[in-house]
Amino acid sequence: MGTSVGIVSAQRASFDTPLVFRSGAVLSGYQLLYETYGALNADKSNAILICHALSGHHHVAGFYADEPKNIGWWDNMVGPGKPIDTDKFFVIGLNNLGGCHGSTGPSSINPETGKPYGASFPVITVEDWVESQARLADRLGIGCFAAVVGGSLGGMQALQWSLAYPDRVRHVLSIASAPRLTAQNIAFNDVARNAILTDPDFHGGDYYQHGVVPTRGLRLARMLGHITYLSDDAMADKFGRELRTEQYNYGYEVEFQIESYLRYQGDKFAAYFDANTYLLMTKALDYFDPAQDCGGDLNRAFARAKAGFLVISFTTDWRFSPQRSREIIRPLLHNKRPVSYAEITSTHGHDSFLMEHPHYFDVVRAYLDRVSCEVSA
Amino acid sequence: MSATDRADFAAIAAWIPRGASVLDLGCGDGSLLRYLKEARAVRGYGVEISDLDIVSCIANGVNVIQNDLDAGLSDFENGAFDFVILSQTLQATRHTEPLIQEMLRVGREGIVSFPNFGYWRSRLDVLLGNMPVSRELPYQWYDTPNVHLCTLNDFENFCRTYCVSVTARRVMTGGREVGWLPNLLGSTAVYRFQRGV
Repeated sequence: MGTSVGIVSAQRASFDTPLVFRSGAVLSGYQLLYETYGALNADKSNAILICHALSGHHHVAGFYADEPKNIGWWDNMVGPGKPIDTDKFFVIGLNNLGGCHGSTGPSSINPETGKPYGASFPVITVEDWVESQARLADRLGIGCFAAVVGGSLGGMQALQWSLAYPDRVRHVLSIASAPRLTAQNIAFNDVARNAILTDPDFHGGDYYQHGVVPTRGLRLARMLGHITYLSDDAMADKFGRELRTEQYNYGYEVEFQIESYLRYQGDKFAAYFDANTYLLMTKALDYFDPAQDCGGDLNRAFARAKAGFLVISFTTDWRFSPQRSREIIRPLLHNKRPVSYAEITSTHGHDSFLMEHPHYFDVVRAYLDRVSCEVSA
Repeated sequence: MSATDRADFAAIAAWIPRGASVLDLGCGDGSLLRYLKEARAVRGYGVEISDLDIVSCIANGVNVIQNDLDAGLSDFENGAFDFVILSQTLQATRHTEPLIQEMLRVGREGIVSFPNFGYWRSRLDVLLGNMPVSRELPYQWYDTPNVHLCTLNDFENFCRTYCVSVTARRVMTGGREVGWLPNLLGSTAVYRFQRGV
């Protein structure tokens, strides 16, 4: 259902007010790359911010005139007549600060040194992202978002919006996310980081000057990540024990189809993604804990939220399991916030949040239809 | 919504003060909560397992949490609600006794409504050798979700056994109040209860 937003183009916003990070580091200026779809209404009340996950970026929907095959990463969700309906909403996608798709990040040139930031780019947190996103909202004249929407790490940003700017977001859609990572999840991130950090081509993060990239490490990190984004069943269905050759070769070459698939995914990713950005993203995931300043008590942390919430999880997602989404619901119930929760039966694991699924889409559509009535009333 | 549903809803609404907090278990498409929101300005949540109903609740502007009632109410804190309602769902719950206890853990008071299996038409059906199929019990024996059907007497005995104190009861047939021989002449019962001492 729905059509494409069609040809889109990215825009660039430059900020020269220094941004003080949660770590205490300061970035004197930065740029954010973003795209918008649909039209902002007269009272600027119909804006939706899309926050991306680990490997996402500003190109959420549509395609580029000169690259018709470069379709936005959430094009099935965002567009005219789609669940996030650009006929009703003004939708903004951005590349987060620290990213590698055009916003200022470790691979950008530091104007003070004339060299890439590399290892000197500050470790960034979800809180810092929301701060930079709020400045983009200011720039676009948006006082209050109709909704902030995100999956996975994007869901954490959406939650943080409701805590950092309770009066600037009416609704939060947290999809396949968590209020904070568990030890197991941090462990996965640490293995991924170690793959990158121990790659001989990493050069302490300043590999740009050496004309190399830590491809092997990044590739391993992605392979590991990819396993955790799929469900056991989805992998079994897709690959099973299928071999590429007729029989066992009794060696260490690629034999099983799953091995071939993971290597392909790893290679593809390592060819375009920046290893430093990967490190930053995983660290932002690990650090996020809204209850850190509240003695670990999420009930207290969410006391300041004023938004309405839609929380969605997927049954076979074990990286951000339904249990993690319930940890979001409980403090909201405790604080008597409006919240709805849908647990979508899906076979695709964590990746489900990016896939077209009739019930999942119906839930998002029904919720945003209400939001649309509310903001246009 | 039929007039009979309205009567059931009205009976429940009559017990609920304005602005109360309500948890509606097995809330379906959210019509009871929506009714209570309009009639009594309640705030609250529904719990429902069906995918289709989740979408309807959201479209109805009702807060809904997707959950299996038989898995308990662990997302909800002790005494979080003024009322916990189980409307026309009791007979379809598997772990009925623990659920009633859970209702009185998260709510100060409980309200249940259920089809009375002691209603004379049901008795007659069984007497004539068939499982009853009616407006209140619209299922065939082989496709019914109803695993714990009971009569008024059964429910009241249950309450006595498990220290649940019934504070009010309404019995109705076709939306009309039944005063005489309720366990025989009433098709639907609504009970209000709290923890016994």
